[in-house]
Amino acid sequence: MENKAIGLDKGWDYMQKGITKLKRILEGLPEPPFTSEEYMMLYTTIYNMCTQKPPHDHSQQLYDKYREAFEEYISSTVLPSLREKHDEFMLRELAKRWANHKVMVRWLSRFFHYLDRYFIARRSLPTLNEVGLTCFRDLVYQEVHAKVKDAVITLDTGAYYSRKASSWIEEDSCPDYMLKSEECLKKERDRVSHYLHSSSETKLSEKVQNELLVAYANRLLEKEHSGCRPLLRDDKVEDLSRMYRLYCKIPRGLDPVANIFKPHITAEGTALVQQAEDATSNQASSATGVQEQVLIRRTIELHDKYMAYVTDCFQNHTLFHKALKEAFEVFCNKTVTGNSSAELLATFCDNILKKGGSEKLSDEVIEETLEKVVKLLAYISDKDLFAEFYRKKLARRLLFDRSANDDHKRSILTKLKQQCGGQFTSKMEGMVTDLTLARENQANYEDYLRSNSAAHPGIDLTVTVLTTGFWPSYKSFDLNLPAEMVKCVEVFRGFYETKTKHRKLTWIYSLGTCHINGKFEQKIIELIVLTYQAAVLLLFNASDRLSYSEIMAHLNLTHDDLLRLLHSLSCAKYKILSKEPNTKTISHGDYFEFNSKFTDKLRRIKVPLPPVDERKKVVEDVDKDRRYAIDAALVRIMKSRKVLGHQQLVSECVEQLSRMFKPDIKAIKKRMEDLITRDYLERDKENQNMFRYLA
Amino acid sequence: MMRRSACASKKTGQPNSTNPISCSPSDLFRTASSKASSKEMERIDNLFYSFANRSSGMIDPEGIESLCSDMEVDHTDVRILMLAWKMKAEKQGYFNLEEWRRGLKALRVDTVSKLRKALPELEKEVRRPSNFVDFYSYSFCYCLTEEKQKSIDIESICQLLDLVLGSQFRAQVDYFIEYLKIQSDYKVINLDQWMGFFRFCNEISFPDLSNYDPDLAWPLVLDNFVEWMQAKQS
Repeated sequence: MENKAIGLDKGWDYMQKGITKLKRILEGLPEPPFTSEEYMMLYTTIYNMCTQKPPHDHSQQLYDKYREAFEEYISSTVLPSLREKHDEFMLRELAKRWANHKVMVRWLSRFFHYLDRYFIARRSLPTLNEVGLTCFRDLVYQEVHAKVKDAVITLDTGAYYSRKASSWIEEDSCPDYMLKSEECLKKERDRVSHYLHSSSETKLSEKVQNELLVAYANRLLEKEHSGCRPLLRDDKVEDLSRMYRLYCKIPRGLDPVANIFKPHITAEGTALVQQAEDATSNQASSATGVQEQVLIRRTIELHDKYMAYVTDCFQNHTLFHKALKEAFEVFCNKTVTGNSSAELLATFCDNILKKGGSEKLSDEVIEETLEKVVKLLAYISDKDLFAEFYRKKLARRLLFDRSANDDHKRSILTKLKQQCGGQFTSKMEGMVTDLTLARENQANYEDYLRSNSAAHPGIDLTVTVLTTGFWPSYKSFDLNLPAEMVKCVEVFRGFYETKTKHRKLTWIYSLGTCHINGKFEQKIIELIVLTYQAAVLLLFNASDRLSYSEIMAHLNLTHDDLLRLLHSLSCAKYKILSKEPNTKTISHGDYFEFNSKFTDKLRRIKVPLPPVDERKKVVEDVDKDRRYAIDAALVRIMKSRKVLGHQQLVSECVEQLSRMFKPDIKAIKKRMEDLITRDYLERDKENQNMFRYLA
Repeated sequence: MMRRSACASKKTGQPNSTNPISCSPSDLFRTASSKASSKEMERIDNLFYSFANRSSGMIDPEGIESLCSDMEVDHTDVRILMLAWKMKAEKQGYFNLEEWRRGLKALRVDTVSKLRKALPELEKEVRRPSNFVDFYSYSFCYCLTEEKQKSIDIESICQLLDLVLGSQFRAQVDYFIEYLKIQSDYKVINLDQWMGFFRFCNEISFPDLSNYDPDLAWPLVLDNFVEWMQAKQS
């Protein structure tokens, strides 16, 4: 032993080494245990530092440093290790650390024992043991006791519910299981509010949810007779609402529900389509169109039904809106007996809006139905096809159906505009405007005739001038007009030229109507016919009997048109002309005569001419427009990007056009090839998948 | 003495840029070789005129046929196309003097028999991967006879494919020709599609087509061809 006094720093350094060694042993690091000599040296160092004469009596500092040693160890090592663990693992760690702490207290208090004997006793301070334990309480316990409590409870609760769930899932139906789950959650929430700290609530609810709902989600939802699918089938609104309530709080908990919702709707929709297909193929051809219209009506009903689920049971959650949309997109784009859904929808609208289509329905119902139709349009990818069919039918209605309701016509255009944008409806709006202008124009024409009575052609003529860009394209044949009508045309042309000099009039006789008086033996009957039909009939003013070829030569029509015309006048409901031979079809060798014996109980009859099937032409026109649209989109994109990879170009093109139609990838590729040939684009020399814009 | 040779070289019309005042030994060599090369050029020119059409001043299809028969090579042989390539001939069926000179000079031949003997070497040169792409695209452009023509009709394409690629990619060419004849989407083939097919032969494993990805920028005609092949194989 040295005679010199040991300085605090030097002495403490020595003690620190011992404390560090102890810590290493506690942490389980490789460290040989204390030898008796080491122990003795540590004890003696303290003894010496406490028995030195002042000012080298370091008892107070040593007492403080003893406490600090614990504090330091707890803060730097013990607490962090507890913070990073949770639940059961935290509890285990806590137990370990507590055991360690007791060991540490035992050892350190032995090293520092001399303090206990005199310094502490004299000043009635807390003993070394007490100090050690207090440190743990103050630092560790304070911080983790809430966490510990939670861990214990959740551990317990979790196990409890896990057991319950495993038996319930076997025995109970889905609705019953859900009811029980709901009750359990409620019970736990109540318990928390009575007994536990509110911070425990979330953790507890999560645990319960986990054990009851997440762990068994699939089994629950897929239960054969009572799971999600049967609930949808049987309209169990309350149960479905409960299902939503239970799963909406769980992250991604609604995904499985949506994943059952979507295919369910798709299946129902597809079944409707199949029904329509089967019904049409079984029925006679006279009922064409009826089944398709029924299909649209049923599709609307289906949409209403499932939209109600989305808004009521599923609280308008976007996940379910999305599921509904995707489901409808699948089956709404299927063709039925060769007709595209776009066409069916357009026909459906036409039927509602045309004269005699829906006189039995109130205005409100019509409005609502139109609203729903427009909503369905959102799911159809070939929107441009719908627009074209709709436009064609609108044209027919505007030109032939004068007395149909205007308001509905305008309101559906407004709805379509909202849904699909102005470009979609601009042409149609133009068409409607044209008619308004035409009425004005007609008034002016009549004034003109009054002031130029010599110019009057002798026949009343009403002309509707159509702006070419707005209306569907019509073929105009060089029909040889009867002389009476030729004069009319010339007079009108004279009038029109007084108004505008820069426009060219092209006459579309296929759209005209005529009122002709037929002087039959029994009585005079007014015949309402198309201009073409009138042209045929008027030939018989000059000749009693005409052959097919003679008629053809006079009128300059095609075989197809003439066959239809003659059929409508001699083989259909009203036999204005008699045909030789008296067969049901027209052939090139037939002869025709005015049927003076014809009569009908009415004084005025309409002799219909069935319209030509427009479908092929519409599809052709739309395909042509699509080619231009794809070209324009491609050029637009390449002009701004200059250089772009193939896949990106294709996907951007699809994106740009998606509002109107879903372009076929092959069609895009073909247009790209065309643009390469026309020197708009070139393939990059280095990278075959890159394209470059050529200014 | 140097001056005289400089003048001499000028007399024969060789475009030497030798300064008459300062001539070096290398110039001596050059003039000697240029004398030889001028002789060669003369022979080349003479050979040209022996086949050329008197009025047009060019070797026309008749002349080419006669050249071919002298070389004992069929005029539809791919090696004639290769010769055209070497000459960088612009108009199918015709060689002009400049092109003739260019080709024969590059091959270092000045008689018909030397030309014939040079053909195998020429073929080897063309078939070298670094040259073949150029030859392949040249062969397409060579067939564009009209001024603004950008595509070639199917019939001619089939013949050209067989000629140019038949030896290298027999299977692909045979199937593709079969397909082109029965399809109706395309009546002509453009350069992009032509080059695409070559890439196809080089990159795509045949006939399994396992590494063909229609989502990439392959020309549509090849997408359709692959679909047709796959339908056939199943």
